[in-house]
Amino acid sequence: MIAGVRPNWGLVTVGVLGLALLIGLPIFLDLFGLLQVTLYAIFGILALSLAFIWGYGGILCFGHSAFFGLGAYTYAVAVINIGESTGALLLAMLLPAVLAAALGYFMFYARISDIYVGVITLTLTLIFYNCINSTAGPAYHIGDALLGGFNGMPNVPSLNIPFLPDETLEPLGMFLLCGALLLIVYFALHGLLVTRFGRVLVAIRENEQRVEFLGYDARLHKLVAFSIGGALAGLAGCLYVAWGNYVSPPVFSVVQSAQMIIWLMVGGVGTLLGPVIGAVAISWLTVKIGTQQVVNASVVLGAVLLVFVLLVPRGVAPMVTERFVPWLLSLRRAAVARREIAQGGKA
Amino acid sequence: MDLAIIVAIDFVYAIATLALISLGLAIVFGMMRIINLAHGEFMVMGSYSAAVAVHHGVNIWLAILVVAPVAVGIIGVILERLIVRNLYGRMVETMLATWGLSLFVVGVLTMIFGDITEGVPTPLPGIRIGAYQTSGYSLFVIALSVATLFGVYVILRSSRLGLLARGTMQNAEMAAALGTDTSRIYAVTFAFGAALAGLAGGVLAPVSGVFPTLGGSYIGRAFITVISGGAAPLAGTASASILFGVINQIATFLTNPVYGEVALLLTAIVLIRILPQGITGRYLRGSL
Repeated sequence: MIAGVRPNWGLVTVGVLGLALLIGLPIFLDLFGLLQVTLYAIFGILALSLAFIWGYGGILCFGHSAFFGLGAYTYAVAVINIGESTGALLLAMLLPAVLAAALGYFMFYARISDIYVGVITLTLTLIFYNCINSTAGPAYHIGDALLGGFNGMPNVPSLNIPFLPDETLEPLGMFLLCGALLLIVYFALHGLLVTRFGRVLVAIRENEQRVEFLGYDARLHKLVAFSIGGALAGLAGCLYVAWGNYVSPPVFSVVQSAQMIIWLMVGGVGTLLGPVIGAVAISWLTVKIGTQQVVNASVVLGAVLLVFVLLVPRGVAPMVTERFVPWLLSLRRAAVARREIAQGGKA
Repeated sequence: MDLAIIVAIDFVYAIATLALISLGLAIVFGMMRIINLAHGEFMVMGSYSAAVAVHHGVNIWLAILVVAPVAVGIIGVILERLIVRNLYGRMVETMLATWGLSLFVVGVLTMIFGDITEGVPTPLPGIRIGAYQTSGYSLFVIALSVATLFGVYVILRSSRLGLLARGTMQNAEMAAALGTDTSRIYAVTFAFGAALAGLAGGVLAPVSGVFPTLGGSYIGRAFITVISGGAAPLAGTASASILFGVINQIATFLTNPVYGEVALLLTAIVLIRILPQGITGRYLRGSL
């Protein structure tokens, strides 16, 4: 161990567990299960992108599905036109990043308040949804790719091994790729947060004015963070389309944005692991709700969001680390104390 | 000449609908600094109240002008007590909670009414202007929108309740120190905003039809109008509605309604860069 660097046992545990899941899940799961877990990994990346910009950058992005959907559609259009997925994947990250930078310029350099940022990003995704919904018919195409309007775009090619268009990824390869990317993004964001940039970003979240008095450009830091988040959301969108070979306007929907917010609220804003767990849990829940007819998914999602905002505003992860772990420790201490008393009584 | 009148009516109608769908949101935002993300669903509940009332034989004018706002106003009182009251001063949490509420309401409406469009009959016939025909109901919406703005102005300006509300808006602590029950003022304001949303939903129900996710087609425009208008609810709504109504109509004429909305958003983003506090943050300061 390098002198002065203290091992972070939490991160080590996550890494070991993550690798174990990456190797173990394909052995134990059938094809359906594997596809499902791949989707969870993709949503995990999406959750991380929002966790980074909201939880650490303090940027209230209520319309994150705009970047997710833009990445998804960019990949679909590009891969159909190029016939090969490497460039399409890069474009699917680049375009959302550029959109985020452009939007960020207008929002952060005007120094508008959090509420306005939330409302503008939400409006952005609303309008994306309406736009793409109205592109049905042969008149709307980009190159060879028909946009399809509310019907969506079917038969989008899967990812292939870079520059080998015929070597497409099978479900196993796709799972390994998405799982590995999830781990890489998780650790890369952790790494980014301990750099100077990351520290300043968190400081801006805590007190923007004070950071500016210290000579840092808060607007630029937020802009860069927002672009990184946009690129990661675009990556998730690209993987999502490559996974399902299909994309349709609901990737832009407000419900999609709300789901991401719910992942964070459930998992805990200001953590990276919490949102990933939140994403897996809520996605699993929505799949379960979809299998029955009694309750509508919106009702459950809305109720979950309401309950968490009102009763567990900081999410599950901080509750576990701040309440549950100390409680377990106190139980152990109490048990030790009881044993000591009992032994003392015998002696 | 006739065409010019028709086009003018279209422009004024676009402005009037914008003002109508934004006013409730603007009142709540201006008075309480809360952005109610469930505003669209409040409108839809108004539309459904009117639709259900009409289907049960209630006179259509009564359904639109009385049943819709009263029903949603009552719902607003209940929700303020259950949810919003617990989150005063925490703006982000309030937005998240109202967002949860919005999903919840959409889900409940879908479960009750199903994912189909209910119709509400248009109570006014078309009007001929020379060689053209226009909807008489459009003219009614314009008149109602003007009347509503004027009514709200009179209430805020001249009534005792309006005085207390303005005082609370300017300095809540001072108002409380002088004996005003500010939490009651907030409750009344929220219910009033909800009732205005219900009225807008009821009035627009014959134009749009009624379905559970209808709110999504209003809120984008309402949000843009309110944040661009700024803190003064009436002057902000009026000025932003005029600006965006004109832009929306021009873009719609040149292309189609979807790009009209895109033009709105782009204008709003540029506007917010120039005037971060909204139109009334720089001009018409201190107005209502």
